[in-house]
Amino acid sequence: MQFFFEVLIGGLLSGIMYSLVALGFVLIYKASGVFNFAQGAMVYLAALSVVGCMEKGAPLWLALILAFAVMTLFGIATEKFVLRKLVNQPPIALFMATIGLAFFVEGLAPMVFGSDPRALDLGIVDEPIESILESAGMVISKFDLVAAGVAAVLVTSLALFFQYTRIGRALRAVADDHQAALSIGIPLQHIWAIVWGVAGFVALVAGMLWGARNGVQFALTFTALKALPVLILGGFTSVPGAIVGGLIIGASEKLAEIYIPPVMQSLFGGNFGGIEGWFPYVLALLFLLVRPEGLFGERHIDRV
Amino acid sequence: MLYREAGQFKTSYAADQQLFPIRQDRIGVLLLLAAAFLAVPGMASEYWFSAILIPFLIFALAALGLNILTGYAGQLSLGSAAFMAVGAYAAYNFQLRVEGIPILVSFALAGLTAAGVGVLFGLPSLRIKGFYLAVATLAAQFFIVWCLTKFPWLSNNSSSGVISAQKVEILGHIFESPREKYLLVLTVVVLMALAARNLVRTSTGRAWMAVRDMDVAASVIGIRLMPTKLLAFAVSSFYCGVAGALYAFCYLGSVEPDGFSLEMSFKILFMIIIGGVGSILGSFLGAAFILLLPIFLDVGLPWLAELFHLPFSTATVSHIQTLVFGALIMFFLIVEPHGLARLWQIAKEKLRLWPFPH
Repeated sequence: MQFFFEVLIGGLLSGIMYSLVALGFVLIYKASGVFNFAQGAMVYLAALSVVGCMEKGAPLWLALILAFAVMTLFGIATEKFVLRKLVNQPPIALFMATIGLAFFVEGLAPMVFGSDPRALDLGIVDEPIESILESAGMVISKFDLVAAGVAAVLVTSLALFFQYTRIGRALRAVADDHQAALSIGIPLQHIWAIVWGVAGFVALVAGMLWGARNGVQFALTFTALKALPVLILGGFTSVPGAIVGGLIIGASEKLAEIYIPPVMQSLFGGNFGGIEGWFPYVLALLFLLVRPEGLFGERHIDRV
Repeated sequence: MLYREAGQFKTSYAADQQLFPIRQDRIGVLLLLAAAFLAVPGMASEYWFSAILIPFLIFALAALGLNILTGYAGQLSLGSAAFMAVGAYAAYNFQLRVEGIPILVSFALAGLTAAGVGVLFGLPSLRIKGFYLAVATLAAQFFIVWCLTKFPWLSNNSSSGVISAQKVEILGHIFESPREKYLLVLTVVVLMALAARNLVRTSTGRAWMAVRDMDVAASVIGIRLMPTKLLAFAVSSFYCGVAGALYAFCYLGSVEPDGFSLEMSFKILFMIIIGGVGSILGSFLGAAFILLLPIFLDVGLPWLAELFHLPFSTATVSHIQTLVFGALIMFFLIVEPHGLARLWQIAKEKLRLWPFPH
């Protein structure tokens, strides 16, 4: 039972890491209806630019600021040179454009900052917390707890930003209805630039935590694939959905990895590891059969 | 002037409903087929067959399959490579386990197997739409590849699921040289492309397009959504499955599950977007573009580097390739969102008047 809880908590905490990436998707989808496949590449770009700046001798805080500047510039450029030209195109064209964007970034970032895997030290150690290990015998990493804390702060501040600031209100208006927002004088293109900037910031945070955990390398782009089931489970348009979805996916995927392969092995023989790769997708798929718009997504009403 | 249908009167229904109603199209297609069947085998070198022409035809077939699903029926799918994998492994297993089965029959059965799997993963499309469905089809992509790696029976107990395709033998003749394989692939692809062209103008094809444009409206006018959507998944997966079987038997010879990666699915999706969504011709144009682009970059970049005395390392060259590939995708979407097939349409309209525009 104790082992079960250990796996469960480990899964929940790693789920938070998925949520961080999923958040970036949600922000952009909410405000512009673009399914931004380049979010994983943005995580990679953010982490690389921090490491790159630090290699040039900048201290961590400066590197973070510089990376944030890079991400903001990237967001504005994307809006200006890609999305603005694709206004009124079908969503699939925009989706394809972001896949192209992902390729572009995956080529550009390592060219500028170097492609060899590097470690990123944030000053947080990835080791079990001793007091919990002694009292309950469970291994819970300090790093995971910090990540969870960061995610909580990020989500709270995003929620406050959306709810109470002028820009946040404008963002919600744009998300509700582009035309209506335009007609009351909200500058759509500024708003999109801001959203991409915010998504860049979220990618920076995700890049920091993932980079510190697994090293800054090309595999960071695959975090997007981890975030997709989270996204459809929680709903494309919901910030809390991304968090809850992340928790569910993280926990169930770790539990499945532990408990399903032995069963399969006793049935068929052979080695059935690596369930993590597809289990979240199948879980999300089955879930969608019951609720097609995800947990917190907006119900889609068709009008003829 | 050259391409004008004026004066071509149809006096019977059969003439009005033929596959290529305009005479110039008929002549063009016949010329193209003659070139592909007669001229190319005489001229192309071994490299051209095995590195360019055969993969081009196979990927065009897969793109055609995806185009039926995405372009005609409107269901976005990111799992086409997985259905190709099903086709490849099914054909291998039919050859291996059924005594004396003709290779073409096993290709067809492989397509049917892929169609069955496609229907299974198409079931969610009855409930889910748009990007939710696209992400859901990723489940097929990851799950199928995982199954092929982990169940040793499917790859006859080979390590990490690698299979070596059996010999391609039809009526006692063994297809061994790239030229023979090219002719086989070409025949299959041409027949299936003609079938697809025919299919999309039948009531089934029109039902698909109605569902694509608005499925609620389609169901209101009496199109049954479930069979229509599932049929689209079945036909699309059949095409992908046959393409996968050809990929294993006539192109690579030995394949592993990881080869049918998400990247390959994306490639096929790129082909139909660049070529033209909802166009048979577009599948071919897109496949040619996406396959030739990396080859051009491979050859062109080192040449440019030498020309300007830039010290490019191999890593940099591969980064630049990715970068240019991504940039070109975006560029194409911005300049011509309806794909290369649309350019051809515009050209046709111009040709109607050319060379006397007034």
